[in-house]
Amino acid sequence: MARQAAIVASGHKRKALFRSAGVRFALIYAAVFGLSAFVLAIALWYSTLGLLQRQVQNTIHSDSQALLEHEALGGLPALEAAIHDRLANDSDPDGIYLLMSASGQLLAGNLDHWPAGLERDNVWYELPVNRQGVSSIALLQVKPLPGGDKLLVGRDVRARLKLRNVLRAGLIWAASLMIALGVLGALLIRSLFRRTIRDIAATTSAIAKGDISRRVPVSGIGDEFDELAITINDMLDRIARLMDGVRQVSNAIAHDLRTPVTRARTKLEDASLHARSEDELRAAIERAIQDLDGIVSVFDALLRISEIEAGSRRAAFAPIDLSSVLIDLDELYRAVAEEKQIVLHTEIAKPLMVLADRDLIQQAVVNLLENALKFSDSMTVINFSASVADGIVQIVVADRGPGIAEKDRARATERFFRGEAARSTAGSGLGLALVMAVTQLHNGTLHLHENHPGLRAVISLPAYKPQKGK
Amino acid sequence: MRILVVEDDKDVAGFVLKGLREAGHTVEHADNGRDGLFLAASENFDAIILDRMLPGGIDGLRLLETLRGQDNTTPVLFLSALGQVDDRVKGLKAGGDDYLTKPFAFAELLARVEALTRRGKSDGPATRLLVGDLEMDLLARSVRRGTQKIDLQPREFRLLEYLMRHAGQVVTRTMLLEGVWDYHFDPQTNVIDVHISRLRQKVDKPFETALLHTVRNAGYMLRAEDA
Repeated sequence: MARQAAIVASGHKRKALFRSAGVRFALIYAAVFGLSAFVLAIALWYSTLGLLQRQVQNTIHSDSQALLEHEALGGLPALEAAIHDRLANDSDPDGIYLLMSASGQLLAGNLDHWPAGLERDNVWYELPVNRQGVSSIALLQVKPLPGGDKLLVGRDVRARLKLRNVLRAGLIWAASLMIALGVLGALLIRSLFRRTIRDIAATTSAIAKGDISRRVPVSGIGDEFDELAITINDMLDRIARLMDGVRQVSNAIAHDLRTPVTRARTKLEDASLHARSEDELRAAIERAIQDLDGIVSVFDALLRISEIEAGSRRAAFAPIDLSSVLIDLDELYRAVAEEKQIVLHTEIAKPLMVLADRDLIQQAVVNLLENALKFSDSMTVINFSASVADGIVQIVVADRGPGIAEKDRARATERFFRGEAARSTAGSGLGLALVMAVTQLHNGTLHLHENHPGLRAVISLPAYKPQKGK
Repeated sequence: MRILVVEDDKDVAGFVLKGLREAGHTVEHADNGRDGLFLAASENFDAIILDRMLPGGIDGLRLLETLRGQDNTTPVLFLSALGQVDDRVKGLKAGGDDYLTKPFAFAELLARVEALTRRGKSDGPATRLLVGDLEMDLLARSVRRGTQKIDLQPREFRLLEYLMRHAGQVVTRTMLLEGVWDYHFDPQTNVIDVHISRLRQKVDKPFETALLHTVRNAGYMLRAEDA
């Protein structure tokens, strides 16, 4: 059993080895490297040895042509003389000649006997020959003569064979060196690959275990792995920011909803313990329902904000003229302002084209207007204006209320944040957070300024420019 | 009216059924999509209140799509905990006539269901609306009460028109905000009340009897006293 298990385990190991991307890359590298080396060797082999072979063949060919011309001019005796001449001059020490009569008699030449295996005419042979007692290897060709005689012309190629052996040995050495280099290179690639992947894997698995602060180390070379590492790190930064946001919001929800839930619960418990008449009971229940509705509206606002922040609403963007939207809102809230004896001073330029979600912009501006109305005393002025300049549409709501303290202004758009002045008023602390989310969704900005006194809220949105040809 | 409620939550269903019966309606109930579809397809209802998420393999959206596929045009009000804008749009696209997010006030549900059934009945191109001695000419865009002409701003005209079209029914603030201003948000201030009170100044104040009534915890109703 144990042995079987060991075999299975080793099988797994082998499979795992080939499943490793590092090993795979290394093998591919080694294969490509080996193949190119092999092709190089073949090319080298043929370009040196092949060239030599052809050169020898050419020499033999022209030599035999010259001899045949002698024979054509002066018959066999002239040929014999020419061969003797060549051998005597020793013009080519490797030259091999043999002239054999039709009857098999050797007439001239430097071979002891007709080499065995030399049967056909005009064909290249590479055969062992015996030249004046010295055995050697020669490249040979037989030319037939008119009288049935045969002329053998060749060259001793022993030197070339030596060269071939040297070359072969050299190539074998080179090949083994290349294999060694290939394996080394493959191992290097594999370890490089492993190291980079290991960094990423170590970081991601640490994060999976809960350590969100870890980052993939960047080597600084600026290669593809660095780019990957930087991308992963950017992603992790964003996730960390989102998680922080979620944590903050859930803490805020826990804290801020405790108050209205407590209020509703207290009312209900108080009524169940102390109510003396049905009317009292009903009144208490109704008040509790109002508290619960308040909680629901907080939830709605939170959901709305996160829906906006998720960016899915961009799909509903369309070019709209904001001026009509704003004029409608002015009409809706003018009545409220008048009832509170607040002067709503409105200046809306026309047209104000933006690429936007009408409902969301409406809601954002409503939040600003309602804030302004909530914090304004009677007989004061609220300025509500909208204009376009340099491709930016600006919507301004400025009141003369208590404003937001300098130190709180940056935090005023956080969910559930409520400034000193707002603590005593009704509200959830989500209004400006929603305005912020809406403007960011529209690639715009929300700025809160001091209005001496009061608050001046400015929404800036990129103006929509219709594309030509559409 | 005969109303079908398809809702799996026992508490919510019981509450809705009781409320609708108290308001004088005949109510049928199904607690899953399959039974709901069977009832809706085989019997005649004036309106259907439909939960989005239902057990039994057929959810609210599929139920409605199937029903509309059979050319059944019974008005449907979705009642759903899925309150995102996309959910709402999906519900209306599938053929829903109105969409109410849980949790809800019963008065809101009742007002909307009754408004739906009204919409189902009288879609004729009326040119004149009449409530008591209040008369609206939709072509001349003029309003008079008794013999006296009433001057209204365009938005006041549309507000009054909406109320007159739903005369005798409770109309909630949200319904007015959606129906008259086409806004889909919850205002924190009493905007609607302010506009109603301005309308009252013109329509009721100069006259002996009031037509525009406030319904506590629900909204408003335009109704002639003797009707």
